[in-house]
Amino acid sequence: MRHPARWVGLGVIAILVAMFVHLLVTNDRFRWSFIFLEYQDGKRGVMFTEPVLNGLRGTILLTISSMAIGIGLGIVIAIMRLSENRILSSVAFVYTWFFRAVPRLVLAVLFGNLNILWERIGFGLPFGTQIGKLFGLDGFDGQFYSIKASDLLAGFVAGMLALGLSEAAYMAEIVRAGIQSIDEGQSEAAVALGMSRGQVLRRVVLPQAMRVIVPPTGNEIIAMVKDTSLVAFVPVTFELWFQLQQVSARTFVVLPVIVAALIWYLILCTVLMVAQFFVERHFGKGYGAAAKARQRLRDIQVEQGGRITGVGEGP
Amino acid sequence: MTATEMVRADNVHKSFGSLEVLKGIDLVVKPGEVCCVLGPSGSGKSTFLRCINHLEKINAGRILVDGELVGYRERGGKLHELGEKDVAKQRRSIGMVFQRFNLFPHMTVLDNVMEAPCRVKRESKAEVRDRSLSLLERVGLGEKVGNYPGQLSGGQQQRVAIARALAMRPKLMLFDEPTSALDPELVGEVLDVMKGLAQDGMTMVVVTHEIGFAREVGDKLIFMDGGVVVEQGTPRDVITNPQHERTRAFLSKVL
Ligand SMILES: Nc1ncnc2c1ncn2[C@@H]1O[C@H](COP(=O)(O)OP(=O)(O)O)[C@@H](O)[C@H]1O
Ligand SMILES: [Mg+2]
Repeated sequence: MRHPARWVGLGVIAILVAMFVHLLVTNDRFRWSFIFLEYQDGKRGVMFTEPVLNGLRGTILLTISSMAIGIGLGIVIAIMRLSENRILSSVAFVYTWFFRAVPRLVLAVLFGNLNILWERIGFGLPFGTQIGKLFGLDGFDGQFYSIKASDLLAGFVAGMLALGLSEAAYMAEIVRAGIQSIDEGQSEAAVALGMSRGQVLRRVVLPQAMRVIVPPTGNEIIAMVKDTSLVAFVPVTFELWFQLQQVSARTFVVLPVIVAALIWYLILCTVLMVAQFFVERHFGKGYGAAAKARQRLRDIQVEQGGRITGVGEGP
Repeated sequence: MTATEMVRADNVHKSFGSLEVLKGIDLVVKPGEVCCVLGPSGSGKSTFLRCINHLEKINAGRILVDGELVGYRERGGKLHELGEKDVAKQRRSIGMVFQRFNLFPHMTVLDNVMEAPCRVKRESKAEVRDRSLSLLERVGLGEKVGNYPGQLSGGQQQRVAIARALAMRPKLMLFDEPTSALDPELVGEVLDVMKGLAQDGMTMVVVTHEIGFAREVGDKLIFMDGGVVVEQGTPRDVITNPQHERTRAFLSKVL
C-alpha cells in the first residue's frame, strides 16, 4: 500500500460513521416515529403537524422578505457609500456602523417595542401638527393616511424590518467589495461608449460584481434562515423554532423535537445551496478556468509594461 | 454638418493635483486624417486622448470635435460643464479603443458589440444584430460571435473592441496603444484592421509605438514629451528628419 496513513484514517472514519448510524437506528430515545409518523394518537409526525408547518412557512417568508429588504437596501447603501457626494457616503457609513454594531436580538426586541414611540404611523406632511398649530387649526395633523402603530409594527413586520435593516448593512459591505473588485477599465470602456452611470452599473459593473457577491450572499441567506428564530423575541410566533418549542413544552419531549428542527433547517439549507450553485454558474458565464488563467497571465504581462513590439517604453 | 476640423485642441491644460500633465496642447486633425501620437511613457499621451472624449476634465483651454465643444457649453464667453447626459451623448460619436481591450467578459462577442447601439442609442435589435455581424465579419471574427472574450487571443479581443466601437458609427476613433499588450505575432492582425479603417476614411487619433504603421498610414505625427507637443509634421518628415534633440533621442531608442 502506497499511503498507509490514508488507509488508517479511512478506517477510523468508517468506524465512527458506523457507530453514529448505529446510534441513530438503535437508540429509541430519538423516537423517529414521533418525528416522522405520529406524535400523538391520530396526529402526524411532529415535523408535519399544522403549527410546525405554519412555522416553517413563516420562517421561509421571513427569510425571503428580510433578505429582499437586505439585498435591495444593501445595493443602494453600497452605491451611496461609493458615491463622490460626501453627504451620501457619510450617511451610508453611519448606517452600516449602526446596524452592524447592534446585535440582531436587541434589534428584534427594539422593533417589537417601537410602537411605544408613536401611536399612529402614516403618510402626510412632516411636522403636520406643528404646522396646524401655527395656523390655529387644532384638529389638523396633516396626515393623509395612517394606521395604529401597534398594528403595523407588531409581530411579523417588526421582525422583518429588524432583520432586513440589519442585513442591509452586511449586504452593503458585500456589494461594495464586489463593485470595487471590478477593473476600472470596465466602467471606462462603458462610459466611452456613451452609457449613463446607471447603465454602467446595471449592465457592466453589477453583473460582473455578482461573481464576487453571490457566495457571501449565500452565506447571508443561510445565516438568515437561522436568525429568523430571533424574532421569537419581537414576539413573532409565526416561525419554525418557536412552534417546535411549543410542541416540546406541551409534550415534554425534548430531543426528537430538536432533531425535527435540525432536519428542517438541513433541508432548507440544502435547497438554498443547490440554488446558489445555479446562480453562481449563471454569473460565472465567460469565466472558464482556462480563460481565467489566460486572462491573469495577460494582466501580469500588461502590468509589466506589456510585450511591446520593437520598443520598450521609456528607460 | 461636417466641420473642416474633426478635432481641434487649443492650449489644453490638465493637472492631477499639483502634477501638471498637459501643459498647453494644440492640435488640429482634419476629417479622414490619421494622426499618430508618439512619445515616451508618462508624457501625457493617454491623458490627452482621454480629454478628447472628456474621460478627463481639462483645466484650461478647449477641445472641439466636429466643431462642437467637448464637455462644455459656452455661454456669455464663459464655459459651463455639461451634465452627464449631454457628455454621454457626445461620447456616442467618439469611439475609443484601449490598451487592455476592456471587453465585457460576461457578454459574448456579439453582445459586446450590440450592447451600446441597443442600450444607448435604442436602435432596433435586428438591425444592430445585422450590422454587428457584418462588422465582426469585417474584423475577421465571423466565427467567434458566440464566444466569450476570455476564450479569445489578445489580438482577437482587440479586434472585437474595435468592432464594438465602430458599432456606434463614430465619426472619430481614438486608439490608446492598441497593440502594446499583444504578443508580437498578434500585432499585425490588429494593425491590418486599423489600416482598413483608415482607407475607408475614418478619422483616427492613434497613440502608438508602431513606427512602421505611423509612417505607412499616418497623415500626421505628433511627438509629445513632458506634457507638450515637441514636434509635429508628416510622419516621414518627423521620423527621417527630426528637428528636436528629444525627438531624436526617442526615435533612436525606438527604431
Ligand atoms: N488619474 C491620474 N491621477 C494622477 N496622476 C495621473 C493619472 N493619470 C495619469 N497620471 C499621471 O500623468 C502622467 C501622464 O500619464 P499618461 O497620460 O498615462 O502618460 P502616457 O500615456 O504618455 O504614458 C503620468 O505621470 C501619470 O502618472
Ligand atoms: Mg499611456
